Amino acid sequence: MTFYGYKRPDGRVGVRNKVLILPASVCASDTTRIIAQQVVGSVTFNNQQGCSQVASDQQLTMDVMAGYAANPNIYGTVVVSLGCENCQMDLVVKAIQERTNKPLKQVIIQEVGGTLKAVDIAVRYAKEMVAEASLLQKEEFPISELIVGTECGGSDPTSGLAANPVIGEMCDRIVAGGGTAILSETTEFIGAEHILARRAATPEVHDRIFEIVHRYEAALRLVGEEVREGNPSPGNKAGGITTLEEKSLGCIHKGGHSPVNAVYDYGKQVESKQGLVIMDTPGNDPSSVAAMVAGGAQVVVFSSGRGSPTGNPIAPVIKITGNKLTFAKMEDNIDFNAAPLIYGEKTLEELGDDLLNMVVETACGKQTKAESLGFTEMAIARVCNYV
Amino acid sequence: MRNAMIIDAKDNVAVAIEAIAKGDTVTYTCGGEDVSLTALEDITIYHKLATRDIAKGEPVVKYGEHIGIASSDIKAGEHVHVHNVEGHRENLEAKE
Repeated sequence: MTFYGYKRPDGRVGVRNKVLILPASVCASDTTRIIAQQVVGSVTFNNQQGCSQVASDQQLTMDVMAGYAANPNIYGTVVVSLGCENCQMDLVVKAIQERTNKPLKQVIIQEVGGTLKAVDIAVRYAKEMVAEASLLQKEEFPISELIVGTECGGSDPTSGLAANPVIGEMCDRIVAGGGTAILSETTEFIGAEHILARRAATPEVHDRIFEIVHRYEAALRLVGEEVREGNPSPGNKAGGITTLEEKSLGCIHKGGHSPVNAVYDYGKQVESKQGLVIMDTPGNDPSSVAAMVAGGAQVVVFSSGRGSPTGNPIAPVIKITGNKLTFAKMEDNIDFNAAPLIYGEKTLEELGDDLLNMVVETACGKQTKAESLGFTEMAIARVCNYV
Repeated sequence: MRNAMIIDAKDNVAVAIEAIAKGDTVTYTCGGEDVSLTALEDITIYHKLATRDIAKGEPVVKYGEHIGIASSDIKAGEHVHVHNVEGHRENLEAKE
């Protein structure tokens, strides 16, 4: 199976062709918004971090920034920093260049003489980059070039009964085709981590799966909090999910049935042609999706029983529900209906094929519902409070 | 008419796949055969009901795994949710 995508100079293949206006910190985020508004074909996001962070916290921010710039859906990046933030321009540029050799420009607001001058310079850089990007022609590539991220949010019992198993079938097909699928959301392995650990390809991966779950629980306990506070959410419970363990046992179906070949830390670069891998991310959707996209996922498949609108600035996010009422009510937000599995109208195999086709169509350029609505919300995971 | 489902033969709860009213017959498939019981309460669509009596302190089983512990005695046909189940963190690494 093949798709049409954009070959990047670092050898990776993108499914979109955008220019990223990257804010190095919260203090550059309003400026990048103004820049992106002036340049059709560019994207940006609201970076709430980048300064006043301890080292481990700053590392998460740096990994997402560098990973976003390196994501193959991005043609090139204009980094905009204020100048005095912890995520200094030279650090951000170095982190990006460690991941990719794609076009890169930089503007430091305090050095060029304020917001208006920075906007002028960055808009001209970005317009030039968009013009270069627009000359690129798509080429045909095997699906082994795809890294597909998986996510569930606003879950209800149909997520575990239908939507997540269908995502799992699709992942099995991506893995069989030589590609990569990422299972994420460590807080939603809790109570199901033993099932994933049994599927670990090596003893090291087995131990890492238990380690990331225990580490997450311990981190919350350090600040006197319990992972069960707020999880399951009120919406999960109204939908019929009773406990975190029940939510987790539904969540892990997204990974399908392949061996787990690796466990990646938050936002780290995922190698292509890896089969099924895990990334250590929060259950919080925008920050988990951000980590997988930073890891190189070109497409994300996202299940939601209640109906989540979440998109992403860089990767198309395909929405799937197993709840027939939600699909009827929120068709403007949901791309794929997995409910026929519950009612015996379609088999898991048929729906897995259908979803794989939708992933390939999306990779070829078809807009998702979240893209057509212009939804680009995102967040970056945190270790602790600002300093 | 099939209006509920179980995921694993070990499960002691079924999921309502249609809205079920108190007194309705609940039918799900287990091992290729239809199994029926009577709903003792209204069950919201996609919520759980007990397929057999579950004593206080016994594990509640869905996906063939423990999803929590019954916090009160639950009769077959009763709604199973946050009012009668508590999450319970097991040491799954030690159980392996």
